[in-house]
Amino acid sequence: MFRIILFLILFLTYVVYSAVVYSKGTENSILYNQEESVMIIHGKQLFQQYNCIACHQLYGLGGYLGPELTTAYSDKTRGELYMKAFLKAGGQRMPNFHFKDDEVDAIISYLKYVDTTAVTYKNP
Amino acid sequence: MMTATPIANQHATNKAAKAFLILAMSYLLFGLVLGVIGGFQYILPPFLKESFSFTKTRPLHVYLVITWIFTAAQAGIYYYLPKISNRQIYWPGGVWLHFAMQLGISVCIIACFFLGYFGGREYLEFPPVFGAFILLSWVPFVINFFFTLKPNYKTAPVYIWMWSTGILFFFITVSESYLWVFEHFRTNIVRDITIQWKALGSMVGSWNMLVYGTGMYVMEQTSGDNKTARSPLAFFFYFLGLTNLMFNWGHHTYIVPAAPWVKTVAYVISMTELLILAHLILQWRKTMSAARKNYHIIPYRLLSFADVWIILNLILAIAISVPAWNYYTHGTHITVAHAMGATIGINTFLLMASVFYICKKEKEELLEKQKPLIGKSIIITNISLLIFWISLLGMGLVKISSRLNNEIFAAMMQKSSPWFHVFAYSGIVLMAGLFFLSLTATRLLTVKNNSFKLS
Repeated sequence: MFRIILFLILFLTYVVYSAVVYSKGTENSILYNQEESVMIIHGKQLFQQYNCIACHQLYGLGGYLGPELTTAYSDKTRGELYMKAFLKAGGQRMPNFHFKDDEVDAIISYLKYVDTTAVTYKNP
Repeated sequence: MMTATPIANQHATNKAAKAFLILAMSYLLFGLVLGVIGGFQYILPPFLKESFSFTKTRPLHVYLVITWIFTAAQAGIYYYLPKISNRQIYWPGGVWLHFAMQLGISVCIIACFFLGYFGGREYLEFPPVFGAFILLSWVPFVINFFFTLKPNYKTAPVYIWMWSTGILFFFITVSESYLWVFEHFRTNIVRDITIQWKALGSMVGSWNMLVYGTGMYVMEQTSGDNKTARSPLAFFFYFLGLTNLMFNWGHHTYIVPAAPWVKTVAYVISMTELLILAHLILQWRKTMSAARKNYHIIPYRLLSFADVWIILNLILAIAISVPAWNYYTHGTHITVAHAMGATIGINTFLLMASVFYICKKEKEELLEKQKPLIGKSIIITNISLLIFWISLLGMGLVKISSRLNNEIFAAMMQKSSPWFHVFAYSGIVLMAGLFFLSLTATRLLTVKNNSFKLS
């Protein structure tokens, strides 16, 4: 009986813990206007549709064939133009996905948004 | 639902379990081929870049090897359920329904990957609708598990607790990993990433519960010791593992700007794994007699190697859980080394022990004839895995060094090139070793007479 009670206590703790993780500590501190939000959402959708996570990481999540992109936007050695060049033509390892200009802009907007959230990443 | 005679029913269940085992090993074989192709895309960047790029090979590899783990665990459970409960399987047709659904879903998912239709989420890179189908396909398995076993948790051995926990948390974590379809999670990257790490970290814990439960059952059967799985110590480690499953995931989020207390909880929980490590080193294999070791030599060897990999991986896991080190190791191949050591060294060897235990039960004489070759192939697999694992650590260290020197990504890749070669070529040997084990087991399970020949 002790084991069953212990399991139930742990499970209940897990449920409460999950509810807290879902709602606290991750609130959005950056506000965007409607147009920017639409671009960011579209960029994220493209990022998933083309399975960019297979080669690139965001916050350490994803594959390692390509570079980590969490802070690529503000990185002095990369930045917006550098990323646009890869998105338009591909690279040594990256295929050319033949993105249209508006799609490139949307993906850049999404990566810019990710970059602005990466406070602890830039200053651990 | 039970109409057949007990013997006919038992035979039908064994047949279904064997079909699941063969399906599981097919996932493994195809997953290994895709892994090797992916490995060569590291050393030959133009290789299949446009026609079959890494965005396809990686999800195929990941999907197939994860599905190997779940399916092999389920196959073992289907085989063991009637023996543990002394009852016929509750719904024999459900086993085949599960099989048909799983096969159908896998074909669709593989086709989606080949055609370039993605959901684009780590580990679950297939379109989201298949997440729901996968959960649905588990329903007959759940019905058969609980209605055949009718577990009494007051007296049940620890492996039944582990299997039950694995099933429960599979449903929870797969559902949780699709929370991103709701706006509350999708539109906030920090929350989305935090929940992804939470769901995926615990999902790994759920399949570990299924696999470790299987390993415990095989250990019990091979050692003849039915006390260990019911001992307070076994349950202490079960609850420690359960706590890790629930709360350990936070060590993936040290770099995510989420609440700091999540990271503190994860760090403290991660350190409890030291207890497991100390116990394993001191206690393992004490209960098994020499005669039994010899009788069950193949499962015994596989379980022993799994134990070595548990120790290596725990040392690595504990090291990368230290926040100051995690900052550098996260996002490097050191994390991949941990994943590969766990999925191949621990999960695959434990599951292979279960596969060969079933082979022993089904085709003892034929297995005896293959013992020397299987033994050599286990050793080759382990040596190649060790080299493969070290190459991943090497790549990780190069990346850390490059990061500290502010080198660009291309320079880091150039410096990692020797390690990429070791990684790709050791991957081929590793694939060959696991191919031999899987094909031998498949032929043992399918052959009808004593005319078994490997070639």
